[in-house]
Amino acid sequence: MHIFLYVLFGIGVAFNGLGALALIRFPDVYTRLHGATKCTTFGSIFTAVAVIVYGFARGGTTYQTLAIHAIIALLALLITNPTGSHAIARASYRSGIKPKGAVVDKLEDRS
Amino acid sequence: MLATLITAGVAFVFYLLLTFGSGTVGVWSIEELITGAVLSLVAGLVAGRVAVRREGGERGHPLRMLNPLRILLFLVYLVGPFLFAMAKANLDVAYRVITGKIRPGIVRLTPGLSTDFGVTLLANSITLTPGTLSVDVDEENRDLYVHWINVTDPEPSTKAVCGSFPDWARRIAE
Repeated sequence: MHIFLYVLFGIGVAFNGLGALALIRFPDVYTRLHGATKCTTFGSIFTAVAVIVYGFARGGTTYQTLAIHAIIALLALLITNPTGSHAIARASYRSGIKPKGAVVDKLEDRS
Repeated sequence: MLATLITAGVAFVFYLLLTFGSGTVGVWSIEELITGAVLSLVAGLVAGRVAVRREGGERGHPLRMLNPLRILLFLVYLVGPFLFAMAKANLDVAYRVITGKIRPGIVRLTPGLSTDFGVTLLANSITLTPGTLSVDVDEENRDLYVHWINVTDPEPSTKAVCGSFPDWARRIAE
């Protein structure tokens, strides 16, 4: 049981670390958004699932409450994260930041 | 009126989940139940008109998301194809983070969805999948402009970028 939880946490932390690494390695705001917002979401899903599994397995009202709160946090994350990164991307495009090294930019043709 | 009640009901369910285990009426305390009812009514009054409304086209019936089949389909989509695509794309982006091989670009997609909710669902799915990021939307014909980290084709088909997401979005939301 605990080993399973450690595996979940390990995967989560690994992807969160990759997200941080992406901030350093990628060249501009759009590619950094890919790494920094989505790898961390995927990592956070695993850590949240670990908390949920632990909460329901341990039992008792306190731990069930913990698990339910983790589920709601997960739902909120899944809704707010894409909305937020879309808002950042759209705002940066509108303030004139072009994607660096882009092979194609269809949005430029439109405006 | 109906919009207010539905929104208030959803808000109340969330309040009940958040205050799980607080007392003895069921598992809730009577104070929490009263506070929750009042707060969800306020939320329903404020947000009802935004949350439940008729959208453009004949497929945009305001109450269509109350259909349990659609909600079930949404859950199936979330844990099935979506999670699988997300895991696959995460491994791909992890590989690109480590090696630094990227060919970024902004491409145009024409998913052919007709309701706002469907487009929102698709755009959020695309953004949540690493490697693709919806930057802007054409409000008139609902085309999406997607920043793609590995452009293989400047005029890609929708399937090449986001797989079966548009079909699922159409099944769930329209």
